[in-house]
This record gives sequence, C-alpha cells and structure tokens, in this order.
Amino acid sequence: MANKPKTTDRERDGVTRRGFISTVGAGALGAATVGTSRAEAVPEITAPEAMVQIGLTINGRIHRLLVEPRWTLLFTLRERLGLTGTKVGCERGECGACTVLINGQPRYACMTLAVEAEGSQITTIEGLMDGEALGDVQQAFVNEDAFQCGYCTPGQIMAAEGLLQANPSPSTEEIRKGMSGNLCRCAAYHHIVRAVDSAADGRREGDDR
Amino acid sequence: MSEDSPYWIEGTVPETPTPAEYPEPWGKTNVVGARLPRVDAYERVSGSAVYPSDVILPGMLYGAILRCPHSRARVLSVDSASAEAMPGVHAVITASTPEADIPWSYRRGPESRLFPSLCQHEGEAVAAVAAETPQQAVDALRAIRIDYEILPHVADQETSSDPESPKIWDDGNELPARPPYERGNIATGFAEADVVLELTFTTACEIHAPMETHGCVAQWDGDRLTLWESTQGVFAVQARVAEILGLPLSKVRIVGHYMGGGFGSKLQAGKYSIIAPILARLTARPVKLFLSREENMLCVGNRPPSRMTLKAGVKKDGTLTALAMDTLSTPGAYAISGFGLEDWQIRDLYTVPNVRTSNRFVFINAGPARPFRAPGHPQGSWALEQMMDDLADAIDMDPIVFRLKNIPSVSQARGGQPYTTTGLKQCLTDGAAAFNWETGRSRPVQKTHLKRGVGMGACLWIAGGGGPPSTAIVKIFADGSVNLNLGASDIGTGTKSVMAMVVAEELGIDPHAIQIEHADTATTQFATPSGGSKTIPTESPAVREAAYAVRRRLIELAAEQHDLAIEDLELATGAVVSKTDPAVSFPITELEGLQRRGLVMGVGYRGPNPEDVAITPFAAQFCEVEVNTRTGEIRILRFLGAHDSGRVMNRLTYDNQIFGGITMGIGLALTEERILDQATGKMVNANLHDYKIPTALDVPAEMASLAIDPHDEQCNTTGAKGIGEPVTIPTAGAIANAVFHATGVRITESPITPGRFLEAQAAQAEEV
Repeated sequence: MANKPKTTDRERDGVTRRGFISTVGAGALGAATVGTSRAEAVPEITAPEAMVQIGLTINGRIHRLLVEPRWTLLFTLRERLGLTGTKVGCERGECGACTVLINGQPRYACMTLAVEAEGSQITTIEGLMDGEALGDVQQAFVNEDAFQCGYCTPGQIMAAEGLLQANPSPSTEEIRKGMSGNLCRCAAYHHIVRAVDSAADGRREGDDR
Repeated sequence: MSEDSPYWIEGTVPETPTPAEYPEPWGKTNVVGARLPRVDAYERVSGSAVYPSDVILPGMLYGAILRCPHSRARVLSVDSASAEAMPGVHAVITASTPEADIPWSYRRGPESRLFPSLCQHEGEAVAAVAAETPQQAVDALRAIRIDYEILPHVADQETSSDPESPKIWDDGNELPARPPYERGNIATGFAEADVVLELTFTTACEIHAPMETHGCVAQWDGDRLTLWESTQGVFAVQARVAEILGLPLSKVRIVGHYMGGGFGSKLQAGKYSIIAPILARLTARPVKLFLSREENMLCVGNRPPSRMTLKAGVKKDGTLTALAMDTLSTPGAYAISGFGLEDWQIRDLYTVPNVRTSNRFVFINAGPARPFRAPGHPQGSWALEQMMDDLADAIDMDPIVFRLKNIPSVSQARGGQPYTTTGLKQCLTDGAAAFNWETGRSRPVQKTHLKRGVGMGACLWIAGGGGPPSTAIVKIFADGSVNLNLGASDIGTGTKSVMAMVVAEELGIDPHAIQIEHADTATTQFATPSGGSKTIPTESPAVREAAYAVRRRLIELAAEQHDLAIEDLELATGAVVSKTDPAVSFPITELEGLQRRGLVMGVGYRGPNPEDVAITPFAAQFCEVEVNTRTGEIRILRFLGAHDSGRVMNRLTYDNQIFGGITMGIGLALTEERILDQATGKMVNANLHDYKIPTALDVPAEMASLAIDPHDEQCNTTGAKGIGEPVTIPTAGAIANAVFHATGVRITESPITPGRFLEAQAAQAEEV
C-alpha cells in the first residue's frame, strides 16, 4: 500500500487492522468447524466505546482529539471537528460524497477509521481554499456549472484534485474514469468532465508561464 | 391529475391576489438567458453551504429509527429496557410511548400509526432512539428486542390481485377503480387502420436516491420548534408537522436553505420530521436524525414498476387512428402519490381521435411510491415512443416524418384547449437537423458484432406552466443594494440564480450583488414545494412583479424630486434617466425619497394563468448507441436534447438540467431496477453498489442541447415554462429505439441489461 501509516500507539497495543481482520477470520473459522474452539492468540480488542487519543493532520494543522476506535474519519471530520464540507452519502464506500485526499490520494473518508488516518496528511475541501478565495478546481466547477444540488460536489472536487495531482494532463476518457467513483444523482457529469478538463488546462498554462 | 390536485400540493394553499398591473413581455434581455454561474456557487463548491445534515447544535443528540426487517409482520412485543440502560442513550420511543402513540395518515389511505403494530413493508418504523453519538444510537437499536409474527406478503404487483394472494388490507389489494379515459371510439379507430400493433411494455421500479438522504435536525426553544430539514418545500413540511404535533403554524419553523437532491421524494414531511421533534422534546436536547442509505432506498419513495399494454392503429399514410392502453402499477403498501399518469402521453402527445386508457393499481408489501421526476411520464413514453417506431417501421416511414404527421395544435386530453405555444414540430425538425439524423439513420448495417444505431423520442409534460400562489418581496436599500425574499426552495435547479437574474433584468444591477432570503417559513413568504417543473414559471413572474414595483417607485421618486413626468423616465444601471436626454441622469443613491426611508420595497404576486389554454413544455431527444451483440453491452455515443420550455432563463443551468435529465433517463433505460426477493419480499439491492445509478462512465462524451423558444407571451410575464421534468421523459424510449435500429431487437422491458438484451436477441433468432 502506497500510504502505509506509521506505527502508532494503537498498533503497539494490538489494535491493528490486520489483527482485527485475523480475529474476525478466526472467529468465522471456529464457527464453521467445531463451533467452540477459538484461535489461540486472540489479540486484545479495545472496547468500541473506549476513547483513544489521536492526532490528525488535516489541511496542515494537527488536531488532537479523543475518538472511539470505531469512528470513521468521515464522522470525526464532520461531527467532531465541524468540517462539514465533506459530505455523507452512503457510509459504505459506494458514492464518493466523502472523498478526501489522504497523502494526496482520493480516499473515501467513510471507509477510513479515524485511528487509521493518524500520521497521514488529510486534505478536505476546506483545505483547497486560499483564505476566502476558491482553489482553481473549485473555480472551474463554478465556471462550468459542474453541479446542481451541490451535495456530492466537495467529493467530486477532491477526486478531481487527486486526479490532477497524479495526472496533470488527463484525456477525456481518463477524466471520466477518474471521476467514476463519485456519484452525482443530479448527473452534472457532462459539466464535471468539462470543469476538470478546464482546471487541467489552467494548471498547464500556469506552469508554462 | 385532473381528478386530484397536482402532486406537489397537499391540502389547501393560501391564495395570492391578482396583480393590478402586469409588466409588458420582455423584448431583448440583458441578463436573463445568459450563461451565468450560479449566485450560490461559491457556497456550494467551498463547502461553506450548510445543508441540513451539516447542522451541528450545542448538546445535539443523534436519532435513529428501528425498522421492521420483514416485508409484512405484526409486532407482538417490544422490549426496550436494556436499550434504555445503555451508555449514552437518552430516549427510546415505541408505539407504547404516549408522545409517539399518534396516527400517521397517507394522502389516499389507508390510515396508519407513527409506529404501526402491523408492518406492511420492509423498513416500516417500529421504534426510535436518541443517543450521544450515532454509533451509540445504532447499538441501542440492536438491543431492542422485538417479537414479530411474520405474515404472508405480496411482492409482485402481477399476482397481488390473485385470489390466493394474501390480503394486505382488509378492503383487499386493489385500489378503487377509476373510470377509464375515453374519447372517440376505439373500435371504429382500429377498424379504419391499415396496421394495428399491440405490445406489452414494462418498466422496473426506480429509487430516487438523492445524494443527501432524508432527515432533519430538530430543536425546541420552549414551545417553539425549529427543524432544519432536507426538503423541496418548507411550507409543506411546516403544515404537516404542525398538524401532527398539534402546534400552531407560528410555532413551527422549517429551514431548508440547501438540500442535497430530492427528485420528488422530498415534497413532504416524513416520519423522521415527527420522530426527531418527539425525541428532542423528551430529551430536552436538539436531535439530528438522518436516514441511512439503506433506509433511504426502502422507505422514502420510488417510481413504481409499471406494466403497460398498448394497442395502436395507423393508416399507411401515417395517420394515427386509435390508441388503447391498459396499465398496472402499484403505490406500494400505502397510497401517497407518484403512481399513475403513465397514460398522459397517449392521451395528449399525438393527434389521434380515438383513445381509451384504463389504469389499475394494486398494493404490494413494499415502500410507498412518491412522485419521481415526471411521475408516470417516462414509463408511458417508454411504451408510446417504442410503439411509434414500430408503427413507422410497419408502414415504412421515417420515425420523425411519422411523428410530424401527427402533431396536435390543441390539448386533446383537455377537451381541445389550445396550447399557449407548442414547439414540438421545431423540436423534431431542428433537433433532427442538429443531430444529423439522416446520416445516422441511413448508415448501412454493420458486419461486426458492434452495431451502431440512432433513435429518438418526443414528449410533453402534463404540467410545467406553474401558477398561483406565490409572493416575492424585493427591497432596494439606500446604498442601492438589493434583497430578494421568496419562500421557494432551490433544489439544485438554480432557482436562486434565475430569480436574481429576473431582479437584475428589471433593476439593471448585477445579479451576484443581490442578497437572497429563501426557503425559511419564519422569514419568507408562502410557496408551494419545488416540484412539477413549476418553480421557475411560478416564482419568476412574482419576482418580476416585485422588482417591477420597485422600479416604478424609484422612477416616481425621481419624478417627484425633479418635477418631471413619470412617462419620460426609465431605470438604467444605478440611475433613473430621461428617455430622451441621456445627460439627464439621477443616481438611485441620490434619490431623496429613498434616502429618507432607507429602503423601497416591492411586493409581487403570481397572477392566475390565462383561462382555457394549456401551458405545456415539449421536447424531442436523439441518441446514437453502440450495441455489443456478443456481450449485450450498450454504449451510448451521443445525445441531443431539443427542448421547448419557453424562454431560457439561464443557459448554463438550462443545459445542466437537460444533460442531467437525460442521464437519469439512461438509468431507467439501462441500469436501474429495485429487486425484491419474491420469497421474502425484501429488497436485495438496497445500496448504491447493487442499485446502479449512472456514473460519469455511463454518459456519452458528446452531449448537446438545443433551445427551442416559441416566445410564449401568453403563459406568464417571463415566458418561461418548466424544464426539470420533460428532460427525462423521452430518454429511455429513444435509447430503446436506437438499440432496435442498431440490432433489430425490440426490448420492451426496462432496464435493458446485457442479459436482457441477449435473451431478447436469442428469442428473436429462434422465432426467425
């Protein structure tokens, strides 16, 4: 994985994602065979409501806060830090409304636990602003009317930002593919593709200068 | 719809007075019609727009609803003791909680309860909790023990009326029959025909699936309730909440500044609009209650499935002689609205003297339907437009030439009322020219397994003329800045931007300089919900009237101050000027009357529509597809929408509506289908992975719009008709026709999945 999180207190305590998965897997195996035995090395599992302290680096600032291990990054951003630009659409990794950048890559914040995100650089829609001024992708979305109700829009913009960071000159087909993880029920897709294309143009022109 | 009030209006609404004077129709416009980025674009792209689900209040709790997992069951007992004792849990309410033991009625019955003991669909509300965090709320739901008696269910509308099917309601499974619609004599009509065809079409059930789910945040301030609700109409929610909770309207405030999509499913209050206030009152804390995606797919509306048998007669010269249609559909377990109207295109779109349609509706144990973008119309269009192509094929005539032969000048379904304007002919001819129809149509049959074809469909939309009531207020302040106040919601269609452009047009100012107050029952004027494609034709004349009143007053003030005749003055950018001498100019900010009072206010009302005429949007859409006849995959290569929705108010948002509506129609045609497991009645794809709404990859790279404006000076003072719904009506039929043109395979069942295409292709090969 490109963005391997650095070791944290939680990992040392034994609550790693791998540990969690192996426990679940072992439980399922036990149930399937004899129904009684469990794997020998059962990692200690923190109670879901037990609070742990973490530091999240969001838009260049470190936020130290107490979270439950089961809290998603999405919930933590919105309901605990008030960063409600990141939207909630499905909470199961299907719609993309909660897309943020984690170390520059578009990721679904609903599929990322807050504890997992410690040590990563998290960028939200609020982080694309320069003070009160819109970022270039945001401005392109305004100019091309690349939204209707606007609810999926922050996620779309973060996906576009991630795409352009990875590929500054995407073809139309690459834009369509790059944006296909973000649903828009109003279906402003045609304008979204134009906006991403125009933002890419703008960046290239900026680089030429 | 003729039998009932329109689906976006529930109960009675206040009347607004007829304006004393109407402004003249606009000639050339300076602002209206331009490609103008939205006035609230900054808020929407910066993340600073506060949607109802973004609201965070001090001390706020999180609500969640326990829902019946069975498609039909009786609640025998509810044990919430352990849930109540869980950490963070502040309240658990069930049918035995006195505050929650209240009736819940549906528009067309049957009566039910907030938490009914008889659950009639998967997802029926059984209990609710409020807790410190949403995770704790869900934990508490899991700890509530319910004993259900699982009852036999009906999951298929086709079998609902069978004698052996379980009776869902005591009165039976069939809604009371309505008399069929009839004009002329279909027997005579079919006898006159050279060709008579009959086909049965079906469309799958679609889910609205707005990106923001349904819900609200409730806060009590003493005996006053404020709800931040994701809604298309704050006043409709206010009326329902006040009625159910027994509160005066003055003590119920609904705020709906932003909302993340509705498509008809948020025209009314939901059970959540009642449950959240009850939880908030019991806990003395604000409560946020938003549905999960699964709840959204199960409980708050759908476009119901339809079966339509259509029989059509045509003469060799292309004259339609008769149309007969029988439909079957379902409102789900309860009858709210959003079912029916499949036959409106058959009754009104093409000239045909002999018509008979009849509609049957049966209950099934599934979530109730709600109006979904042009209720009934895309379904009826799926049938009619495919039938029109088959008829054209049978008489060896081009599909567009055939349609052009049958264009009506009057609304036949309304007893021959003339349309104020109809651009249908132009939509067909200009659209075909812009699309290069002839070239696509005449392309020879391709020899590979990839086959390309073109198809089209036309439509009209039953409503789209708007009408009273509406009140708008425009204020100009001493410094020349302007405030617009209106009650309507902006559901993503650009309402605020269009209304700002109307004010800017009248007052000669920059639309982005106008501050807008809207969609708040405490601070704005009554408006009906944004639905029926009626927001622009309803609100824009009222807004224009208000701005016009301000303009008149400013001219009067200048005339008084400088002792000039009113007739000699007009309002230009920031100043009252002489019509004859451009040197005579009085800046608005120097008008003494304005400075003394601090503001000039104009109130505008929406006057009645002209009598005995029909105000109707029309359209024709054209597409090209490529069908992989080995895999059954269908790729849409290009689309063009030619639309007569009267005056284009903002070309940027207008195009956006057209492309969005087409994309939603692509979903109907190719991907969207609620799947109910027949054995259990449960929905097996209640999520956005398995219920497939179109993505960026499902829309063609090439999309175009063509605006047909017949300059309707009769419909209202802005000349605008509705656009939001017609844009999605003919799309699916056009795609099916293109598939037929490409492959010779006629698919009557939506969606055309690869499997369905291959089956139909194989079945056709066997026949030959």
